[in-house]
Amino acid sequence: MITRPILAFVFSALLSAVASQSASADENFIIVQSTTSTQNSGLFDDLLPKFQEKSGIEVRVVAVGTGQAIKNATNGDGDVLLVHSRSSEEKFVTDGLGISRSDVMYNDFVIVGPPSDPAEIAGTKNVVAALQKIAETEAIFASRGDDSGTHKAELRLWKAADIDAVSASGKWYRETGSGMGATLNTGTGMGAYVMTDRATWIAFGNKGDYQIAVEGDTRLFNQYGVILVNPEAHPHVKATMGQSFIDWLLSKEGQAAIASFRIDDQQLFFPNGSKGSS
Amino acid sequence: MSSFWDALAGSFGLVIALDPDLMEIIGLSMRVTLTAVFLACLIGLPLGAAAGTFRFPGRTLLSVVLNALMGLPPVVVGLFVYLLLSASGPLGPLRLLYTPTAMIIAQMVIVTPIVAALTRQVVEDFNSEYAEQFASMGVGPLDRLMSLLWDGRYSLLTVALAGFGRAVAEVGAVIIVGGNINHVTRVMTTTIALETSKGNLQLAMALGIVLLTIAFVVNACVMGLRATAVRSAYA
Repeated sequence: MITRPILAFVFSALLSAVASQSASADENFIIVQSTTSTQNSGLFDDLLPKFQEKSGIEVRVVAVGTGQAIKNATNGDGDVLLVHSRSSEEKFVTDGLGISRSDVMYNDFVIVGPPSDPAEIAGTKNVVAALQKIAETEAIFASRGDDSGTHKAELRLWKAADIDAVSASGKWYRETGSGMGATLNTGTGMGAYVMTDRATWIAFGNKGDYQIAVEGDTRLFNQYGVILVNPEAHPHVKATMGQSFIDWLLSKEGQAAIASFRIDDQQLFFPNGSKGSS
Repeated sequence: MSSFWDALAGSFGLVIALDPDLMEIIGLSMRVTLTAVFLACLIGLPLGAAAGTFRFPGRTLLSVVLNALMGLPPVVVGLFVYLLLSASGPLGPLRLLYTPTAMIIAQMVIVTPIVAALTRQVVEDFNSEYAEQFASMGVGPLDRLMSLLWDGRYSLLTVALAGFGRAVAEVGAVIIVGGNINHVTRVMTTTIALETSKGNLQLAMALGIVLLTIAFVVNACVMGLRATAVRSAYA
């Protein structure tokens, strides 16, 4: 009788699934909707244990693009939002979906490219001029194309350069519709320029011979903000625990923890927390 | 090619080291997928058997639908289950989103049509063989179903394995409804996706080889059990 041992095995698997489900139902956790850059760089792996040790609150991070993170939070599928697209964040608050937004930290975007540098922009500081040269030479540029914070920042820069890059989509402008890491994998694979946040780039393990071509323009500034999802919009939001996470991030201790996170001796995020900064 | 061999070596290193994080991820993968396949069989086997045995209006349509649903894209299933379980969705109050249960539900939706469609085929073949016998013995419909499923049990094991293979390899649905949360809903496939996006291609590949090995072991176990059972049945 073969079915019996299999049934017993599967049934015990089912039981253990149910059992551990109820074990984790102690509710002492919050869900943070955040972006891929904070997760892929390893920041959360460094930060969250420190917070959990202090508060006993487990933080569960869902790392998606800023656009999707905001949509998920709009649906009420999260207690805290930690993303990087200021105008979308402010809209989220004014729509009554979130309680005041606070600056947490910043880093900057860079444009990375192949050593052959087909658009001859390596070392350029002016990002708008660099984008214009990319468009002129029709050098391949890989865009996130996924409504993420980085994608929105990139589109603002194209607008500043007065170039309708999206009209060249499929030609020299390639929209991957994927996360930062996937876009870097694709971009480096086809010799394209890619705009990425510096944290993801430093932590990225598949750089090949790619180098940073453009950096240091103030327009490449990348601000991260944190918002508590409004419990009036979604009554199940764990406001007290969510707020204590936000308070910790903005506290001296949390800010120091952000500053101390380093990869290859480089600091990835720079704390500039200020409560209710917009 | 050296990176491929490095990945291969790396995967052995990972397994030999019995890395506790990796063990946790493998454990969750197995728990989610085996539970999902078990539940899919609970629904799919009787459903498929009924579709393969009885004549009723819309039978052909049901078969076509089941066959078509075998091709359900996991991302679409993920979206469907997300919208269902989201706090703003109809089942939101259950608070199941971003839990292993959500992942089990998603994989169950993916696997059930596969089990049902393949079961229908297996049972239909047996049924045409046995139809006269059943009629002459005046076997009732429920007994008919049960004896067809029982006689087809060895073929149906392969059906269950096909479902297992699809579920264990699937990433699109579980990453949406599970959220790939560390220590909560991170399974093999979502870890592979994450490491790929971090550019850690060799680690991702090594994890892929580990996943493949686990699938191999599960298949070998089931087929081994089957061989033993067949031998004792005809001994």
